[in-house]
Amino acid sequence: MEWLQQLINGISLGSIYALIALGYTMVYGIIKLINFAHGEVFMVGSFLGFIAISVWDFGFFPALLFSMGACAVFGVLIERIAYKRLRNATRIAALITAIGVSLLIQNGVIYIRGAQLITYPEVFENKSFMLFGAQISTQAILILSVSIALMLILYIIVHKTKIGKAMRAVSHDAEAAKLMGINVDNTISATFAIGSALAGAAGVIFGVYYTKIDPLMGVIPGLKAFVAAVLGGIGIIPGAMVGGLLLGVVETTVNAMGFSLWRDAAAFIILILILIFKPEGIFGKNTREKV
Amino acid sequence: MKKSKQFWPFIGSALLVYIVIQFLISVGILNDYHTNTLVFMAINIILAVSLHLVIGITGQFSLGHAGFLAVGAYISAIVTMKLELPFIVAILLAGVVATLAGLIVGIPSLRLRGDYLAIATLGFAEIIRITFLNIDYVGGAAGMQVSHLTNWTYAFICLFVTIVVIVNFTNSRHGRACIAIRENEIAADAMGINTTYYKVMAFAIGAFFAGVAGALYAHNFYIIQPQNFGFLRSVEILIFVVLGGLGSLSGAVVATILLTLVSTFLQNYPETRMIIYSLVLIIVMLYRPKGLMGTMEITDYFKLWRGAKGGKQHGK
Amino acid sequence: MVNDPLLQVKSVGIQFGGLKAVSNFNLEINEGELIGLIGPNGAGKTTSFNLLTGVYAPTEGEILFAGQRINGLPPFKVTRKGISRTFQNIRLFNELSVLDNVKVAYHSQSKNTVASSILRLPSHFSEEQRMEQKALEFLKIFELEKYKDEEARNLPYGKQRRLEIARALAAGPRLLLLDEPAAGMNPQETKELMDLIAFVRKEFSLSILLIEHDMNLVMGICERIYVLDHGVLLAQGSPEEIRNNPKVIEAYLGEEVPHEHS
Repeated sequence: MEWLQQLINGISLGSIYALIALGYTMVYGIIKLINFAHGEVFMVGSFLGFIAISVWDFGFFPALLFSMGACAVFGVLIERIAYKRLRNATRIAALITAIGVSLLIQNGVIYIRGAQLITYPEVFENKSFMLFGAQISTQAILILSVSIALMLILYIIVHKTKIGKAMRAVSHDAEAAKLMGINVDNTISATFAIGSALAGAAGVIFGVYYTKIDPLMGVIPGLKAFVAAVLGGIGIIPGAMVGGLLLGVVETTVNAMGFSLWRDAAAFIILILILIFKPEGIFGKNTREKV
Repeated sequence: MKKSKQFWPFIGSALLVYIVIQFLISVGILNDYHTNTLVFMAINIILAVSLHLVIGITGQFSLGHAGFLAVGAYISAIVTMKLELPFIVAILLAGVVATLAGLIVGIPSLRLRGDYLAIATLGFAEIIRITFLNIDYVGGAAGMQVSHLTNWTYAFICLFVTIVVIVNFTNSRHGRACIAIRENEIAADAMGINTTYYKVMAFAIGAFFAGVAGALYAHNFYIIQPQNFGFLRSVEILIFVVLGGLGSLSGAVVATILLTLVSTFLQNYPETRMIIYSLVLIIVMLYRPKGLMGTMEITDYFKLWRGAKGGKQHGK
Repeated sequence: MVNDPLLQVKSVGIQFGGLKAVSNFNLEINEGELIGLIGPNGAGKTTSFNLLTGVYAPTEGEILFAGQRINGLPPFKVTRKGISRTFQNIRLFNELSVLDNVKVAYHSQSKNTVASSILRLPSHFSEEQRMEQKALEFLKIFELEKYKDEEARNLPYGKQRRLEIARALAAGPRLLLLDEPAAGMNPQETKELMDLIAFVRKEFSLSILLIEHDMNLVMGICERIYVLDHGVLLAQGSPEEIRNNPKVIEAYLGEEVPHEHS
């Protein structure tokens, strides 16, 4: 049952992409910015989780919550310091600033603690059991359940709470939302907080599952998570989840077929194909510029 | 070089710069290290000026310039090392093959704009890099040995040709068409400009010179590896262009010279260098989003000093 | 052929998603005519301009210009066939000089190649000089020559509108489409503009199709008027007929406020 094994690996990887992609998609949906620094929030989250577990002896869940909280604050700080002034700037200026923030965080972390790999401590005894001939680790199950739980919570926040309603209103039309008395600034900050918390969670999960982390770990998963967001339709929350899972499965499939060195190319080929043939993504609606 | 009265002083001063530096090299005042830095500077300027045509003039946001650099570097290395043909052939072929890559990458620009295009070009460059990583003929991840053939004369001639071609292109009806696309694509289309043609043209010319830069680069460093041509390299070239001022060729040249000097001094402190780069980038974008010189050229400042209220020209 | 209309629009329509923005649109313009296209906000006036100029491809019907089918052609080809336009929300090349804005419109009437410009061959210089001269002539007509080196975005609003018309004319049209050229102008400026339109129409023997939101304005200068409402042609005829058409009065004139759908 090789394919089942690969499917499970793919879904595990994909759920990490999905968690990161959610932050990309929410931020893009609300301020039309590709937050290049989002991959770095993921990296910082992973390091914070590492510190919490190995230095402070936190368990997995306390470390996860700590990392999520700290990343939420970090995300809001990035937004307030760097992006807030750019609301009326050109898209290019905003994107370049985001790239700058991303480089700054990467190299700041390298500066503080070097570029070497760090090994994540083991937080669970890693047992595995057989299911239909596939070997499934308890970690994979845990990661999947945590990811699904977080996505459900996000869904509830966006659809059932006041702040979720405000987020949807601002992403639909910021001017109108303002006139309706919605505090646009706070809503944008809340979006960054939630997206960054999810990236922080993804960072801790990544560390526990793949065990090796380093300051440049956010670059490639960050870009791929963005690909996942585009794949699902940028700005659309279920799209990011489906896009992430799909991308994870595609990558492990390419890997299993023996093209492991091409794995990273697969995501970008998908990206270009989707951008050319269905730029609005799987779940997106076609929009056109008004003339 | 819109008018001949700007053209001849430019040729003259370029020749002067070349002769003085060549003289200093031949009498040994500039050692190998200095020469290397000057060559590296010339390569970076070629890259910056070629990207300037794509982003600054035509307004097509490309994040994949390192991909064309990679194509040029590898093609030229194959030409000299495997086929054992002369360096000059390698430079030209590097440019031609990079142009073909530019045509392919230019195609998505027909449908995509702004940050979507940026991401697509980034994706293309990554695919190019991963492709070289997977070709054993060019050494895969270990890279490829290349002889040292680039010297100041080659670098200078390539730089000179790049600037003349891009300035002359910019200051013509073709360049105006590209600027019109940057300013308002819908209006440019409505004025009878084939926007597709000019966007792809800008990508192709930009890629050609990036390929030339790749040939110079490959033959200046003894070895090329796919990791030299990653996303960070594209960002570095982008920083040259953005910092100088989107739309200002002389701004890009000045920024490239300054940043190449800074990074030479900080060679042994790569993190510090990147922290300075990124801080400068963020601060410039927040407080001077059009870059240090905006769309102004150095020659425009001369005009302002003379007090003459002259027309604005793009390019030198 | 002499008596064939310059532009024939035959039952043209377009859908966005399920929404019919314009349907069964018919229009004819003869050589030299000045036609008005009016209707309340959101009636589909600008959409029909976008259909005529190739910005949107119609989902039904057919557009003939000088006997040739032009629907489905991209905008730049439509312009080269001889239809040029201005935009309701001004779309100048902001960071280009006033002179260069007009020069851009000459682009497609110029033949020198990219290579000739890069190598600075004589054809480059002769073409550039010819463009410069012609562009300056246009700026004179529109009384903009003293602003020729100013960046377009620095012009006052009314002058920007004039520059847009100058630019559209420089593209060498036989049919000029003006999308609310007087929007935002005061009565004095509007009067001058209308005189100018009448002048260029004679001078360049143009046909003109004019969108106006304000119906009274076009009554004075247009020979015939088409009225759009909800994407459908409501009426057509001479200003006098339109003024007395009960359907138009009901939809548009008498109770303008209740019909502001936008």
